[in-house]
Amino acid sequence: MYTIKRTVGAIVAGIMLAFSAGTISAADSSAPIVIPTHNWSSQVVMAYVIGGIFESMGNNVEYVSADTQKVYEAIRIGDVTISHEVWQSTFGKSFYAAMAKGGVIDAGTHHAPTLEEVGVPQWVIDKNLCPGLPDYKALKKCAKVFATPDSGGKGRILEGPQSWHGAEYVDRAEALLGNDWVVKFAGSADALWAELASAKKEGRGTIVFNWTPNFTDAEGFVFIKWPPYYLGCRKQDGGDSKCGSPIGWLKKAANYKFPKTHPKAYMAFSQMSFNAGQIGSMAALVDIDKMTHKDAAKKWLADNEDAWKPYTTVGM
Amino acid sequence: MINHKIMDYSSKHSKLLQFIFLLVVFLLLCQFITPSENNFLWRFPSLIAGLPYLINDSAEYLMFDWWPIEVYDPEIEEFEEKPLIQQVTRAISASILFIIGLIREIILGGVKTIVIFTSWDFVSENKWARWPALPWTVVASGAILLGYKLQGKGLAMLAGFSTIYIAVFGQWEPSMQTLSLVLFAAPVSFILGLSLGIWAYKNRKVELTLNPFLNVMQIVPQFSYLVPVMVFFGIGDHAGAIATIIFATPPMVRLTVLGLKRVSPEVLEAGMMSGCSNFQLMYKVLIPTARRDILIGVNQVIMQCLAMAVIASFIGAKGLGFNLLLSLNGLRIGQAIEQGICIVLIAVVLDRMSLAWANKQTDYFADLTFFKRHKYSLIFLAIVVAGIALSYIGTFFFRENFNYLYIVPHNKGISISDTLQEGVDWIWDTFFFTLKGFNIFLIQQILMPMKAAYLSMPVVATLSLTMGVGYIIGGIRSAVIVGGFILFIALTEWWDRALITMYLMSFAVIVSSIIGVTVGTLCAQNSYTSKFILLVCDTFQTFPSFIYLIPVIMLFGVTDTSVLIAVIVYATVPATRYTVVGLRSVPPDLHDAGSMSGVNRMQRWIKIELPMSFPHMALGVNQTVVFALSMIIIGAMIGTDDLGQFILKALSDKIGIGNGLTLGLCVAFIGLAADQVIRTWANERKKILDIS
Repeated sequence: MYTIKRTVGAIVAGIMLAFSAGTISAADSSAPIVIPTHNWSSQVVMAYVIGGIFESMGNNVEYVSADTQKVYEAIRIGDVTISHEVWQSTFGKSFYAAMAKGGVIDAGTHHAPTLEEVGVPQWVIDKNLCPGLPDYKALKKCAKVFATPDSGGKGRILEGPQSWHGAEYVDRAEALLGNDWVVKFAGSADALWAELASAKKEGRGTIVFNWTPNFTDAEGFVFIKWPPYYLGCRKQDGGDSKCGSPIGWLKKAANYKFPKTHPKAYMAFSQMSFNAGQIGSMAALVDIDKMTHKDAAKKWLADNEDAWKPYTTVGM
Repeated sequence: MINHKIMDYSSKHSKLLQFIFLLVVFLLLCQFITPSENNFLWRFPSLIAGLPYLINDSAEYLMFDWWPIEVYDPEIEEFEEKPLIQQVTRAISASILFIIGLIREIILGGVKTIVIFTSWDFVSENKWARWPALPWTVVASGAILLGYKLQGKGLAMLAGFSTIYIAVFGQWEPSMQTLSLVLFAAPVSFILGLSLGIWAYKNRKVELTLNPFLNVMQIVPQFSYLVPVMVFFGIGDHAGAIATIIFATPPMVRLTVLGLKRVSPEVLEAGMMSGCSNFQLMYKVLIPTARRDILIGVNQVIMQCLAMAVIASFIGAKGLGFNLLLSLNGLRIGQAIEQGICIVLIAVVLDRMSLAWANKQTDYFADLTFFKRHKYSLIFLAIVVAGIALSYIGTFFFRENFNYLYIVPHNKGISISDTLQEGVDWIWDTFFFTLKGFNIFLIQQILMPMKAAYLSMPVVATLSLTMGVGYIIGGIRSAVIVGGFILFIALTEWWDRALITMYLMSFAVIVSSIIGVTVGTLCAQNSYTSKFILLVCDTFQTFPSFIYLIPVIMLFGVTDTSVLIAVIVYATVPATRYTVVGLRSVPPDLHDAGSMSGVNRMQRWIKIELPMSFPHMALGVNQTVVFALSMIIIGAMIGTDDLGQFILKALSDKIGIGNGLTLGLCVAFIGLAADQVIRTWANERKKILDIS
């Protein structure tokens, strides 16, 4: 019984496949494309922007709020269709973990080069709190400037949550800065921004993990210059960890069925690529102009038709 | 009685000796065991480090490999092998989503319910097939009417104030999204809890199996079951609802059992004698008699559901929780407070309404005309018509812009967030430097030495100390139970992390208990202040604790102080509440008796009120432990190096299901060990004081 069912299934599938191969560009399914929203402005606006582009092509779209790390598992199973901001060093691990289990595909990379690295706010440089920055060697002499009550007189680097890069910065600080430094893991991105805001008010030195493009770019943020990255330099890859972060990628991910169910939308999505300026302008509409995310996306789409219209006609 | 006293006296002294002996043993162990990773007296080898893998592999096997069936996927026009469980859980998800969607679209309008009965194709082709939203004026007047019908003017005013606040502040859409989730999750939790409670009451075996689960579920951090829920049920509102139900049901079960057990046998016999069937006995006799406890259960279900609003948004629940996280990420504390108030208002209104509904008596003998009987339905119908007419008129007034008489769009209402923000900033500017000195002192003089002390305990010493305390207070049984819990944690690879959690917990519980008992005692002196402080407790319990996280970081940095202050704010709630309830429940006759024997107020407090309300207060401390643990885990979002950080990390681990659940168990076991000691002790005291 089981085998019969299976052969029938295979035959039916074969016939279907033959038919669909005959029509060159099959129409997109009307089932909604599920786009995840996370908890930072540029990502949410871009979700609505991409959703708006899909809608302009006649697709149905749905948004679902999801945790940044768990979303890849959801894409893998098919509960979420795409993710449009996969940051290399922060989400790379979860992305590849889900990909290894099967079900997630890499849908191309954004133009925007990214950097994820520890650094100091611009005013730390302006006030010359630690002469010689952003070169990392300067840090060795001014650990005290970055000390906190719980660091025992040592300089403190505030890293993102442990799930982002594991012990990478601990190894690096040990290898390059020596005993005068400690690495503290913050619990969330919010904690990083709160630390930046409070350090600014107080005018004290702080060194935190951050990335670009990000909303902090507007006020100025200087990344520490470490020795250049090369493949295998990190401890977990067998190196000595005496290297900084690479210029990273910002990828897009999709469920493996997406190209089959929505060939046109997938084509457009795989071509979509935003640069740092565009991502910044999306975030600015919310963070600076105080618009809601949906309104910001509408305005951005209306103002930047030249930028996104071409994606919708790819392959036609 | 005198005999009793003497025994009490002598046992007290022997207990003191036992404690001293235990302390000496503990200190000797600490002194003579060399700290080395190879010394198993210092740290046990992690014998059950494989447990997370086991849990993870079984869950994934069940979900992805077990019993595959062929399923045709019309979207990609292929057959796929899909595991049975996945099909079953997805069917459950779809039906939950349907119900939530239906409630949501009745209020907010939409298209999904229509899609379910037709198809996406149909809806895409027929643009008219959209369900319109109910104008907010209709929902608000409906809520006022319902409040009036259920209780009267007071509740009507509360409902009116809340709905209008929500609408005017531009939080209508997210609030209704949250409400639709709660309107599904709360009744399900209630029914599930009630049925499980009844089953446990009727069947001793069920109760015995259910008990450990309930104990664990009450303390397991919500974050640790998010991944399994998401893997099994998918991401979205349904997953949020399921996580909420898991969180909200245990207290309902417990209170149902408690209530049913308290029904006196006379009542039961009277019911039997009047010839009740089993069903009638349960629904006409037992449940109405146990009403008081069951109603507390309803209150807890609603409070828990809304307390989950923020965490549920991690796995896809739409609404206030998600927007709140977004505001916090932008450091807009003012906006977050506005959204938090919406959550509290929804909780309070739902709580009061369900209470009023349960207390409403049916008038069986009234002989009413059609109009009288259906008065409220008719008024509501009129409201609907008027509201729709009003919003239609609105289309002429607000032609260019949003139709404020239909739906106030999100974040387009008025906002006091700037003022709130200024308030927050003012606190910062005024107190920062004072607080900074305090922060440095606290961290360097108290917290860091305390943490170091906890970490320098050899595992054997910790084990003997906890088991010894268990033995002295509750005998061999308590010792074995406490020892089992601690041993489990010691055999995982996270023992050091657990020690840090214990250090945070003990500090927070001590401070919270001191503050709670003091504030509670002061407020309990007077019935007005008692009522006021209980209202404050209600507010703090539902007000999303995530909001505290950002301001404390601004004031105290990413340090343990920040975590502890957030924890103490939250954990003081039960300590205060139970102190007030305990002191207020001391019978007034006793006060009089005391006054007549010539005690002054202070003596009365120390000699009469405090001992009499001790069991209550102990229960409060017990709850403080639970609250503190839950907030310590949320506090991991500030940045700690305890179990909480690893629970958050499990969200992205390859074996996330296994790690999350095992870590959750570790946290639960810390709580249960404390629970065992405190509860046993409270029961002993109750016996001595001859109160139940």
